Amino acid sequence: MERLKVDLCGIEMDNPVIPASGTFGYGYEFAELYDINVLGTFSFKGTTKEPRFGNPTPRIAECTSGMINAVGLQNPGVEKVIGTELPKLKKCFHKPVMANVSGFAIDDYAYTCALLDKEEQVGWLEVNVSCPNVHGGGMSFGTNPEAAAAVTRAVKAVTTKPVIVKLSPNVTDIVSIAKACEEAGADGISLINTLLGMRIDLKTRKPVIANTMGGFSGPAIFPVAVRMVYQVAHAVNIPVVGMGGVSTAEDVLEMMMAGAKAVEVGAQNLVDPFVCKNIIENLPAVMDKYGIKTLKELAL
Amino acid sequence: MKVSMFTIRENTALTKNVYRMVLEGDVSEITRPGTFVNIRLSGLYLRRPISVNDTDETTLTIIYKVVGKGTGQMAAMTAGEELEVMTGLGNGYDTAVSGDHPLLLGGGVGVPPLYKLAKELIAQGKKVSVVLGFNTADEVFCEEEFKAIGCDTVVATADGSYGVKGFVTDALPEEYTYFYTCGPEPMLKAVYKTTTTSGQFSFEERMGCGFGACMGCSCHTVTGYKRICKDGPVLVKEEILWNA
Ligand SMILES: Cc1cc2nc3c(=O)[nH]c(=O)nc-3n(C[C@H](O)[C@H](O)[C@H](O)COP(=O)(O)OP(=O)(O)OC[C@H]3O[C@@H](n4cnc5c(N)ncnc54)[C@H](O)[C@@H]3O)c2cc1C
Ligand SMILES: Cc1cc2nc3c(=O)[nH]c(=O)nc-3n(C[C@H](O)[C@H](O)[C@H](O)COP(=O)(O)O)c2cc1C
Ligand code: FES
Repeated sequence: MERLKVDLCGIEMDNPVIPASGTFGYGYEFAELYDINVLGTFSFKGTTKEPRFGNPTPRIAECTSGMINAVGLQNPGVEKVIGTELPKLKKCFHKPVMANVSGFAIDDYAYTCALLDKEEQVGWLEVNVSCPNVHGGGMSFGTNPEAAAAVTRAVKAVTTKPVIVKLSPNVTDIVSIAKACEEAGADGISLINTLLGMRIDLKTRKPVIANTMGGFSGPAIFPVAVRMVYQVAHAVNIPVVGMGGVSTAEDVLEMMMAGAKAVEVGAQNLVDPFVCKNIIENLPAVMDKYGIKTLKELAL
Repeated sequence: MKVSMFTIRENTALTKNVYRMVLEGDVSEITRPGTFVNIRLSGLYLRRPISVNDTDETTLTIIYKVVGKGTGQMAAMTAGEELEVMTGLGNGYDTAVSGDHPLLLGGGVGVPPLYKLAKELIAQGKKVSVVLGFNTADEVFCEEEFKAIGCDTVVATADGSYGVKGFVTDALPEEYTYFYTCGPEPMLKAVYKTTTTSGQFSFEERMGCGFGACMGCSCHTVTGYKRICKDGPVLVKEEILWNA
């Protein structure tokens, strides 16, 4: 359907709906439930240079209208993603996929991105800078404009595909970080990653999550996400992908009105696996209701 | 795996806080015993995973203990109300490897999934021994159901107020060819140490999705990591690595 089409960094997508990294695995579980080719694309599980088991369990805590996760970037490592997961994905998904990359040192990001950049199936690289920098005292790359820019430059130097830098909301000035990434050559910005959160079990008086804290996401964070997307989209001249708490077609339109070119849906996939398919099907009617002819007309 | 609406046909208390709920709907995805369903409840973000206790052509039976908000909400529901249920989750127990005299060991709300398993093993012509463990006499449920289908059934209570005094591991039969177990982790560990044959264990973990997408429920095993929701909840004895 022409009216749902959007352009993200020079790649046309059938619609703006993108399941977010970490909530869609490598797609197969959802391909059992519906044809995932109806999606605009999806962002696969955060991939690192080395395989990672992640954090101890419990990794999940329920919240009002959301959840906390402390999965800890469990993934089989970039070599196995390319050798095993991508060939398997090819059988059920025929569009360019978004490759989500994490790292703990600048060289790790460059290494992983350079390998994924060569893969024909990869359309975009989404670089998650919400990880602790082992050479920077464990501070997240995403909390410091220089560190975020350094990751961006290192990745841009070894890749040809659009690089979208995914920002952490756990900062005081999101705009300065987005601008630093833009100046360092980022082709796009995506936000928000999860908000740092915590729950305590009244019975045990201990944190629910084994790692004490984790990333809070789901519908509860939507207003924070809209605000940050708005701030960043009005400050940079590169496309912004909005996410955080999106669960309906109305939310997608609101994110786009805040300035997003495309919209990711995270935690909601876990509790309602059909949510992205439903949003895509509902979009035309909701657009009619608000007099929106094409999604491209919502562009800033 | 499937997501569909089920109608509550029955929701009755078996003890002061354990309920049996019979749900009518599409049970086509529920195959093996030891699999589970994930139930969406209004006002709660995450679904609640509950084992399959029994099925027939049109109904699913679950047995659950009230421990918090979600199970509390379920206990207050009445016949005719609807629930959105994700069915066909997890690997379930493998009955083919049991030999001719399997032993089933259940503790507390680990007992329910063993019932469908026992039915299948009996239907395969096997002699089935069952040991059910509870804390006290007033917590005992399902004993008659296992007896009614022909299982050799023993109950153990921790305080000795009913049946054998002690834990399930204090009431093991002399002989058995294989075992299947589900219950709280301390019980599973004791079963692991006490049993003399191979067997299958069903585990619990906090879940984000219940169908393998989020990596919320991973555990280490001898053969690498596994997701309790998708590659489990049943693990065989030889692959288990107890958490350090
Ligand atoms: C595979 C599997 C099968 C299960 N089968 C049964 C069964 O047949 N009968 C039964 O009574 N219980 C069963 N449980 C436990 C049941 O899932 C929890 O008791 C239930 O989720 C508690 O929800 P609540 O809202 O009442 O408790 P709350 O404490 O309010 O729940 C808060 C959060 O913690 C999670 N949670 C709490 N306890 C557990 C637990 N033990 N395991 C996993 N998540 C938990 C909840 O799902 C929810 O997300 C099973 C668990 C798993 C993983
Ligand atoms: C279980 C889980 C795992 C996640 N893993 C990743 C990841 O590997 N990489 C990443 O960039 N973001 C990850 N995220 C963050 C999401 O992609 C998204 O940015 C965030 O959850 C906000 O969106 P939501 O509110 O729609 O979930 C994860 C989120 C969840 C809930
Ligand atoms: S609960 Fe999501 S992978 Fe197991």
